[in-house]
Parts: sequence; C-alpha cells; structure tokens
Amino acid sequence: MSAELFSLFYQFADVFAFLILSAAGLAIVFGMMGVINMAHGEFIMCGAYVTVGLVNLGVPLPIAQILATLTAGIIGMIVEYLIVRRFYKRPLDSLLATWGLSLIVTQSMLLIVGSAVRGIGTPEGSFAIGGYTFSTYRLVLFGCAVAVLAGLYIIFMKTRFGVIARATMQNAAMAKALGARTGRIYSISFGIGTALAGLCGALYAPTMTLIPTMGATFVVESFVTVVIGGANVLLGTAPAAVFLAMIRMALNAGYGQIIGQIGMLFAVILIIRVLPEGLSSVLVRRGR
Amino acid sequence: MNSGRIVGMALLGAVLGTAVIGAAQAADPPLKVGLLEDVSGDLAFMGMPKLHGSQLAVEEINKSGGILGRQIELIHLDPQGDNARYQEFGRRLLNRDKVDVLIGGITSASREALRPIVDRTTTPYFYTNQYEGGVCDASMVSMGAVPEQQFSTLIPWMVQKFGKKVYVIAADYNFGQISAEWNRKIMKDLGGEVVGEEFIPLGVSQFAQTIQNIQKAKPDWLLTINVGAAQDSFFEQAAAANLNLPMGSSIKVMLGFEHKRFKPPALNNMHATANWFEEIDTPEANDFKKRWHAKFPDELYINDMGYNAYNALYMYKALVEKAKSTKLEDMRKVIATGDACIDAPEGKVCIDPKSQHTSHRMRLISVGPKHEVTVEKDYGTIQPYWLGEIGCDLTKKNDKDQYTPSHLPSKS
Repeated sequence: MSAELFSLFYQFADVFAFLILSAAGLAIVFGMMGVINMAHGEFIMCGAYVTVGLVNLGVPLPIAQILATLTAGIIGMIVEYLIVRRFYKRPLDSLLATWGLSLIVTQSMLLIVGSAVRGIGTPEGSFAIGGYTFSTYRLVLFGCAVAVLAGLYIIFMKTRFGVIARATMQNAAMAKALGARTGRIYSISFGIGTALAGLCGALYAPTMTLIPTMGATFVVESFVTVVIGGANVLLGTAPAAVFLAMIRMALNAGYGQIIGQIGMLFAVILIIRVLPEGLSSVLVRRGR
Repeated sequence: MNSGRIVGMALLGAVLGTAVIGAAQAADPPLKVGLLEDVSGDLAFMGMPKLHGSQLAVEEINKSGGILGRQIELIHLDPQGDNARYQEFGRRLLNRDKVDVLIGGITSASREALRPIVDRTTTPYFYTNQYEGGVCDASMVSMGAVPEQQFSTLIPWMVQKFGKKVYVIAADYNFGQISAEWNRKIMKDLGGEVVGEEFIPLGVSQFAQTIQNIQKAKPDWLLTINVGAAQDSFFEQAAAANLNLPMGSSIKVMLGFEHKRFKPPALNNMHATANWFEEIDTPEANDFKKRWHAKFPDELYINDMGYNAYNALYMYKALVEKAKSTKLEDMRKVIATGDACIDAPEGKVCIDPKSQHTSHRMRLISVGPKHEVTVEKDYGTIQPYWLGEIGCDLTKKNDKDQYTPSHLPSKS
C-alpha cells in the first residue's frame, strides 16, 4: 500500500518537476515581460548541449549544469540586446522574430554539431519500494523545481530588484520617471528567464536524447502551464503545474500516455474558457 | 568593331557553345533519381545515413559508367519529417522534375502519404526501410525487412529464452500499431501473453509512469518499438530506474544505433533481428564499410536504412539494365521472372515477384553491458513470404493496399 502511495507521489513529482522546470523561464519572459518567446525551447537545448559538452570535457555534472545555466542566461541577455529589445511594444512581431531565431539556431546546431550527440547517462542511484524501483535523480529534479519556485518568489517578491522589476513590467514609463533603469531591468529579467530555460535543459540533459530539436518536447508544456497560470506569474505557475500534473498523472496511470496528453490539453482548454485570466485570477481575488 | 558588338559575338558564341554541349548531352540525358529523406527535424539522425548511402551508391555507379551508359543525377529534397512536405515534394519530383525513380521516406506515415501520389504516375518508388509490412502495391519496391523476417524470428527466440510474458511500448502511429498487432498474433500462436501495451504519442520524452506500469505488469521481457529521439529517452530513464528487463525490437540498434548514442549500459540486453548492422564482420561488409567511412568519415554508425538506401540504387540499376528500359512495366517484367537480384554487402538479395519485397539474410543480435554487439543466431536467407501467402500477387493484380493480420485481402 505504501509502495502504491509513494508511487503516486513520485509520478506526481515527476510531472510537476517537468512542468515547472520547463515553464519557469517562460513564466518570466512571456508571463511577466509579455515577449512570446518561440525560441524558449532553443534556450533549453542550449543548456542541455553545454552541459553534455562540458561533462565530456571532464567537468563534474553539477558544475557543468551551473555553467550551462549561466551560459543560457548570458546568451539570453545578448539576444535581448540585439533582437528582443526592439519588440517590447510589438508582441506579435516578437513571436515572428523569436521563431525565426529558433529556426536559425536549430538548423545551425544540426550543421555544426550534427544530428545526434552521445548522451552522458543519468547519475547512478535507484531505490526500491515494494515491487517498484525508482531513479533517485528524478527526485533531485523535483527538489530543483521546488527550489526554482522558492528562488523566483524571493527574487521578485522580497528583493529591491524584484519590486523595481514588477513596477517596470506594470508601467515602464512611470517606473522610468521614478528613476528605474528600465532597460537594464528588462535585460536582467530576460536573462533570468533564459537562464532558467537553460537550467531545465541542463537538468534533463542526462535523461534524454540530445538532438537539435529537443527543445520542442518542452515547449507545449511550458506554454500551457504559463497560460493557464495567468497574469500573475508568481502566484499562477505553481498551482497551474500542480493542477496539470495531477490530471496528467492520474490519466497516465489509468489510461496511458495518449489519454494523459489529451486529457491535460483538454483541461487547459476548459480552464482558458472558464477562467480567461488564468488560475491566478481566482487566487488573487481571494487574496484581496 | 565596337565593344557592344564584341559582347554580342561573345554571347552568341556562348549560346552556340551551350547548344552544342546540350545536343551532345541530349543523346544521353542523365537518369533523374528523386530522393526524399529527412536530414533535419526529429528523425535527422536516421535520415542522414540514408542520404549518405544514396550519395555513395550514385557516386560509385556514375564512376563505373552509370546505368545503361547514362549518368545518375540525384535530386534530394529534405521534407523535415513533415508528411505534408513529403506530399508536396513528392509531387514536385514526380510532376515537375519528372524523375525516373522516386526513393525514400522514413516513417510509415510518410510512405503512406506518398504512395497515393506515386500510384497516380507510372514512376517506380523504392521504400528503403524495414517496416511493419503488408504493402501490396505494384508501384512500390520495398528494400527493407518486414515482420516475417524480423518478428517471426525474434519473438519466438525471446519467448524461449526469457519467458512468455511481454510488455509492448510502441509509437502511436501506423508503424507502432501494426507492429504491435503482429506481436499479438505471434504471441498468441506461441501461447504467450501480452501483459501490457502502451502506445506513446510521438515527441513524448518522459517515461516515469510507463516504467512503473511495466513493473506492475511484471513481464518477462519488453518489446520496444518506440520511435524518434524523444521516445528513445525511455532507455536512459529505464536504466536510471534500474528496470533491468530483457528487450527486443525490430528497429533498435541497427536502425537507431541507440547503443552508440546512449551511455552504457542503457541498451544492455537489447535484442533485434536485422539484415544489416555495422558490426557485421564479413569481407563484403567490411569492404562496404571501408568505402562508406572513406567518403563520410564522421558517420557515427551505418544504419540499416542507410545500407538499404545504398542497395536500392544498385537494385534499380540491376532492374533497368535487365529490362533495358526505365519504364516501370518493363522493370516489373524482370521482377516477375524472380531474377531481380543483386549481390549486396549482406549477401545475395532478390525481389519477390508476388509482393515486390526483398529477401534478406537475417541475424539475431544482442547488446551487452558495454554495448558490444554479438550475433546470437544466423537465420540465413528469409523470403518475404507473408503477402504471397495471404493472396497478394502483384504479377496478377495490383491491390494498392496495405494488409495487416487483421486486414486481409477479401477472397474473391
């Protein structure tokens, strides 16, 4: 019995971690900043490739993952400076620009790195409960997802940077008039967003096949999580992930992966229909 | 003489020159080979060797004088794993470029998308993958292995060696569904039991739940017919969770070279039946591998699709030269004699007149903990007999249909 219970928790944690880690970066870039970043998956791919490349050079996995996260963040800030900055007032054009970027990056990676890279293997460690065996690393992923949520909350709710950042996102002109350096705020926020995407790739790199289009497997989940999370990213993303993870876990377990995926997307449609402002609209109203 | 006239003369000369060269070539225009293979998108890692195999064969054939004295012009388009693009590019090659032969397609979905378009023309089409079998279509020649060559060998061996309970993980499209049907049929004949079947949408990369479903069902072995880079993540995740079950497949190792792409021991205890895998150690195979790696030194693995793609051009050459024609109907007369054979690196392979599928020398291979590949059993040459047995006979009737164990030709 306890094995079954733990198994339920493990499956929930697994889906939850996947949703949170793939959505966290997008929650900032799309949810807060309003940039429809179609290249989100490519920042995830960047994190994964840098991780694997560094591990193959002999760097220990955790350090490689941290460096990959930083790399994705720095590349994100460069992309923000060169491209995204010009599209803050034109969200639909940002969609085209970042989509183009995504195509250029995946094709370039295919040409430069090749169509497949040898994996590095998941860190050793599994444990058994009842008749089941579990991979320890999947629980590490869950821990990382919770840490990412806590970190985001602290950065955006408890620090001076967070207050200014939120003010900038709400009313850039007013924030600027009050002396906030909004350009820098945008740049740093975008960098944090892409760094989190890179972290997602870095964390999942050992468990997956690396191909240039791997980012695409994360993109649908990340967008739906952010969208049903709603306008208030910090309050919305976590419950959205909990909700979707529950649905997907239950359907996966009972009816298999196809129904799991269909059911999750169906729930997304329902929520957008009933709560166009997303889950956070309910939470914020209650909070007042 | 002013400069304008000089330019005019030069242009005239150039035009005349081109016309002369054109006339010389018109006597012997090159044969156009249309090739549709994914070299970008999710299946690029499998499609790249297919393009390379075709390029190698074209280069070799052209160097040794071409086909009936005509050079081959290879026109490759990249459909990027998109079935709509397969159709668009297929039409372009057939109707605009007027290719003499069409080759290619990776997934069975892309083949079925192309086939109706090919059927409206009189152009022969070569499909170069192993697949779930059953296509009875006079326009199509299948170069890869089919279930009677792969599953009728592998599944009884797995049952005998590991036990009667199997769990199936399959990609959710025609290949996975029909392959799973084959497994059900063969397991039933053997008195075995399918304790679970899970169909996975393409692009799914997370398998924690699947791994637990498997542990709950307690199978003796797994049949893994998952497709694509995302679904291949299953192996890494199963190894991390210490699932540790024997596995069998018709597409792993020799096709997806997972044993080269994953860190050992993720593919440990995987078994497959194949007509080609790079580890084949015969003089002909070694010579072929040497030529391939000389042209493509960066190739990670020469997979069976790439190998079949290479053979397809030689088979086309053999058919055209025996028929002394590039017309499909003349080539099919050669096939009907049962004499359409080539000496391939695996040995002699022939096209079966009834089904237009290819006989193959099949071997059962297994992967060890360090991802070393060993040959467990050599079945010799196996004919693609199933379609003929159920009543497909392309020498008499063109069904243009795909049959499965549950969809047999109606008895007339």
